Amino acid sequence: MTMALQKGLAASRHALGNGVVIISKEAHTVPAVTIQVAVRAGSIYDSDAQLGLSHLTSRVLDRGTHRRSSEEIAEALDERGVSLSVGANRHVMTVSCTCLAEDFEAMLELVGEMVMEPSFPLQEIEKRKGEVLNAIRQDEDNPAATAMLALFAMLYPNQHPYGRPAKGNVESVSRIGREDLVAFHADRFAPSLTTAVIVGAVDGDRAMAAGERVFGSWSQSAGAEVPLAHAPSARTRQERVISMMNKAQADIAYGFTTIVRSDPRYYAYTLMNNALGQYGIGGRLGDSIRERQGMAYYVFSAFDANVVEGPLFVRAGVNPANVDRAVRSIDDEIRRMATEGMTSEELADCKQYLIGSIPRLLETNGAIATFLQTAEFFGLGLDHDMRLPALLDSVTLDDVNAAARAALDANGASIVIAGPYQR
Amino acid sequence: MDSNMTSTVLDNGLRVLVHEVHTAPLASVWCWYKVGSKDEVTGLTGVSHWVEHMNFKGTTNIPRDQVKGIIEKFGGSWNGYTWIDQTTYMETASTAGLDRMLFIEAERMANCLYDPEDCESERTVIISELQGGENDPDNLLEQEVIAAAYKVHPYRHPTIGWLSDLQTMTRDDLYQYYRHNYVPNNATVVVVGDVDTADVFRRVEEQFGSIPTGPTPRRVRVVEPEQLGERRVEVSRPGTTAYLKLAYHAPAVGDPDFFPMLVLDAILTGAKGINVWSSFRTAPPQRSARLYRALVESRLASSIGAGLLPTEHPFLYLISATAMEGVGLRDVESAATEALNDVAKNGITERELAKARNQLRARLVFENDSVTNLGHQLGYFQTVASLDIYQHAATRIAAVTESDVNRVAKMYLRSDRRTVGWFNPSGGDGE
Repeated sequence: MTMALQKGLAASRHALGNGVVIISKEAHTVPAVTIQVAVRAGSIYDSDAQLGLSHLTSRVLDRGTHRRSSEEIAEALDERGVSLSVGANRHVMTVSCTCLAEDFEAMLELVGEMVMEPSFPLQEIEKRKGEVLNAIRQDEDNPAATAMLALFAMLYPNQHPYGRPAKGNVESVSRIGREDLVAFHADRFAPSLTTAVIVGAVDGDRAMAAGERVFGSWSQSAGAEVPLAHAPSARTRQERVISMMNKAQADIAYGFTTIVRSDPRYYAYTLMNNALGQYGIGGRLGDSIRERQGMAYYVFSAFDANVVEGPLFVRAGVNPANVDRAVRSIDDEIRRMATEGMTSEELADCKQYLIGSIPRLLETNGAIATFLQTAEFFGLGLDHDMRLPALLDSVTLDDVNAAARAALDANGASIVIAGPYQR
Repeated sequence: MDSNMTSTVLDNGLRVLVHEVHTAPLASVWCWYKVGSKDEVTGLTGVSHWVEHMNFKGTTNIPRDQVKGIIEKFGGSWNGYTWIDQTTYMETASTAGLDRMLFIEAERMANCLYDPEDCESERTVIISELQGGENDPDNLLEQEVIAAAYKVHPYRHPTIGWLSDLQTMTRDDLYQYYRHNYVPNNATVVVVGDVDTADVFRRVEEQFGSIPTGPTPRRVRVVEPEQLGERRVEVSRPGTTAYLKLAYHAPAVGDPDFFPMLVLDAILTGAKGINVWSSFRTAPPQRSARLYRALVESRLASSIGAGLLPTEHPFLYLISATAMEGVGLRDVESAATEALNDVAKNGITERELAKARNQLRARLVFENDSVTNLGHQLGYFQTVASLDIYQHAATRIAAVTESDVNRVAKMYLRSDRRTVGWFNPSGGDGE
């Protein structure tokens, strides 16, 4: 038996005096290292007037620091073949960097500069803003992106931070100025909001020493948390059609709000969702809509519990002539799962699959880093990978069926159809 | 890189490659067939890909309703893909599932069912896949550019096929194609992971040994004649964004010019690597690359990308740019061709060469970070060209000189051998 099964990831965690958390995991699959530095500076912190501020900040954060120009950063990355990207989700902005092990210290230093002392050069802001505006326009011409943006706006109405577009819109992004980025950085980038995860061919002592050296003397107080309203499930069904007659295929997005990540029912929901729209090729939904009816190349469901009640949504891409039949088929599977529940055999299969997947999902440096960041964000513990099998295994048939009844109500579904379809 | 790799050929012609990697309790099995969309004839475009889909739908010894779950029981993932030179199937699961993975692949090679109803139901799934692709204007333009860049070589048609062929192909067309091409002497089985090589050879012999050799499938002989002048394609459809593509005829992976050209691509748009399964999923280091500076930093385009992919026959060096709103495609095209003409005329610098080599050295490490990715590379190169090219890729990249790159830049980046594609949004979204 290999070490992975006996001891789990066994990552090390160390909180620096200023609050920065450093987590490291030595792995020697390849002579490379993945660094992920996450800061609680996601899109929920955008004000309504400045939608897209977090996203634009993520695009400029890596384009200049108080010590290096954009050109110098470009050279530092390109001469070593480093892959670096900055992304923001609703809660967190993450600088991700993959480099050869020999470049680890130099790259951690550079990533640290980006996080702690970005210079936000005016010229860079203008360039990246143009790119963001272009991306917003591309999304407007993309039925899949359009359907998902509209679904989130329906699930999280009234300007709820989960329902707003993370990229912002043309008007809001156009208004953002350098002073806004500087203020956002001052408010959201602080040691107490930062976690650095280092995975790869560096030993724990080396990773910790580098983390301490780069982040140890950083001092900055964190701004106030934003209040987030609950997102209860809808009681009535809502449908929205966004006609895009220049397209060949229609995208359906169909969903609900569910539970928060800390809810003890999380694992029951995970297993129920696996049976509904993932297991095999799209679970029960795939069996019906793709395999039996031949209506779609892709159909699946996804469950994303979060700080606020997260969504469970179904996605499918179908010929416009099949939209109504596909929505009816989704309704049928939703109702069947809610009323009849899962079979004990189905539950056993899904458990075996999800538990058995763990070593495969924790194979690469990048995947391990993401797993460790998620565990830290939600407070799941450093040994979460070791506890996960038992957490899944302890879920009963009653648990998953209660989850299905609570989550899935076709009469309360929010549905968006975007594509060459009209009613 | 592959000191643990061992190879054998069974009596029926099946090639088997095993690479032991003991970092996780996993095994990845890949089964490769030397058949892709270039092997298709007019009227049957898309048949390779449709056959791939049919080969997930039950076999003599795996009833249709029992396909789902075999690999999942071992926590595994499975997939398959078809492209111009090859079709492949994979499973990655806990090592305990190795026998099941090999069993599935042996069944897939010999015993798929092609139930007529399943063929019909899959027809609409594939048409849905095609229409989903058409929703993306960039994808639509790429298809048009490739079709224009070739006049005789079958690389010209898309792997998904042309719609009319998908509407008219029959169950017998599919089955016949399957029987001709899915023979052990046209296949390679790759196993990478926490396995014992001798044990794998024994198991592969047990599962595949009795499958009879078939006639060698027909191979494409046609060679694309030299292009005699620039070709231009303009797609005009409603949309929000304009896209530009420049396609240059490029060397095949077995051509000595391939690696100099790969270095040239790194200098122009940042190094990607040579793993088509994994390399294009992470951003290339491109901020200091020539075309990035000429188009993105100058605010003519919001993104720039390019690919030189390892292919059996000469394919295309395809450059793509997304025009910034308000910038005309003519300006994006001029800036791009100016930068390309400059490298062809004046060559590269020593520093650019060193940087490109470093980038490729790093990408070759990053793209082999899992048993799945390693399995892909062994099978891909064995099927499309030769393992030798893969195993010596790092050495060959290190050996590329400034004059090699200057020579290929002159030779391949010629305006009379390029195809230019414009996607010009015609505004609004109604018909």
